[in-house]
Amino acid sequence: MTSWINLDALWKIVVVGLACGAGLPAVFAVGLRALGHAERVPSAAGPVSALAGGEPAEGVVPLGTRGGTGATRRPATGWLAIAAACACFAVVLAAIGCGIDLIVSHG
Amino acid sequence: MGDTVLVLVVVTALAFDFTNGFHDTANSMAASIATGALRPRAAVAVSALLNLVGAFLSLSVAATIASGLVNTHLVTLPIVFAGLAGGISWNLATWFLGIPSSSSHALIGGVIGAALAAAGTDAVKWHGLVQKVVLPAVLSPVVATLIATVGAYLVYRITRGVPGRTRDRGLRLGQVGAASMMSLAHGTNDAQKTMGVITLALIANGDLPAGAKAPTWVIVACALAISLGTYCGGWRIIRTLGKGLVDIAPPQGIAADSSSAATILLSSHFGYSLSTTHVASGSIIGTGLGAPDGQVRWAIARRMVTAWLLTLPAAGLVGAGCYAVVHGIGGTMGVAVVFVLLVAGAAALFARSRRRVVDAANVTDEWAGTHTAAVPVSLASDQPPVAA
Repeated sequence: MTSWINLDALWKIVVVGLACGAGLPAVFAVGLRALGHAERVPSAAGPVSALAGGEPAEGVVPLGTRGGTGATRRPATGWLAIAAACACFAVVLAAIGCGIDLIVSHG
Repeated sequence: MGDTVLVLVVVTALAFDFTNGFHDTANSMAASIATGALRPRAAVAVSALLNLVGAFLSLSVAATIASGLVNTHLVTLPIVFAGLAGGISWNLATWFLGIPSSSSHALIGGVIGAALAAAGTDAVKWHGLVQKVVLPAVLSPVVATLIATVGAYLVYRITRGVPGRTRDRGLRLGQVGAASMMSLAHGTNDAQKTMGVITLALIANGDLPAGAKAPTWVIVACALAISLGTYCGGWRIIRTLGKGLVDIAPPQGIAADSSSAATILLSSHFGYSLSTTHVASGSIIGTGLGAPDGQVRWAIARRMVTAWLLTLPAAGLVGAGCYAVVHGIGGTMGVAVVFVLLVAGAAALFARSRRRVVDAANVTDEWAGTHTAAVPVSLASDQPPVAA
């Protein structure tokens, strides 16, 4: 069978492919989620999402009004979310760098 | 005879490289164009530029064509020429019909057909053909579909609840990154094929010693040809992949392009080459399966897979036919006759394509139902019907 299919390479492509091809967009999506979270954290001027011109997605309740308690979050939460988003985007950028390195080294 | 034939082979090889470029623009950019991440013209320009850069990254070009598939010592200039003619014919026919299909398979099919016509079944290494071409063609879309399905599912789940505009803008930005990687990798891989063909022709003609690397002018010419082809954009194929097969939304776009880029780069890294077209198409199908409201138009997928099955035999038949004509007439005249026929055929097909134009302006028009034509329905209905 292995004289027909390079199984050794195939399983590596599948496993690493899942990690990079599906994992990286997922990490990027986590970054966006964190960013979306930061936008909804109320500030003195109101939710940042208004500045971004974004409408909340369907079924989403802005955090400051969730549960009708009127509870507000500390601004630090927003900064934490932004930091988390930056970390996610940095991981994706690093992976793109590795990809370019892979292309160049194979050239 | 030698130099004239060599010039015709080089010109035909560059023409193949050009068709390779515009045929494969869709692989890197169809999703970005469909989601609006890039405007159509900007997308093909970015892809063309990155293909150009990618082509110059390929510094160690092997002077082999279909290595491991045919007995290369039997390969002569007329075989290479006939093989290229077969590849170009298939690329043009599938472009006209708006069907994504592998340019590598078209070239390999053409060369194998010509080699069979020239030297019989001994010319082909059948085990190599199945191992390096047929099975990877079956596996590529399966692997890519799996990865893209998981990717699309995760992206949808994770971004659920993220404000719409933030989500779509962010995903489009990420998608441009992934699509750019695809273009760069494509330039590196695919321009090499033609560089190898021309270098082989130069060796066969005695202009270069055996085992020589591609001269600089070959690298520059091939890089420009594939880049120019990419810039022209195979809009019909872009439309099929971006709007027809699956109507791609931003979360699907980033999943499709990431899956394709990762699969192509990893397959090259682990030494198991998978076809760019099969991977890109598989990824797009995967995003249709992984998205909660995704829809794959299976009629179009079936049409595409049928074309994949036909690529090797059809390009092979044309390659064999071209070789028979070249050999039958003989000498430079034989090659010249086929060359003229090829140019005439390409011109006729191009003229026919102008009757119903698919271009940057209408490439993302809505796709009606399971309609399998590449031409936008709104446009098609304004004009008299033309037999397919």
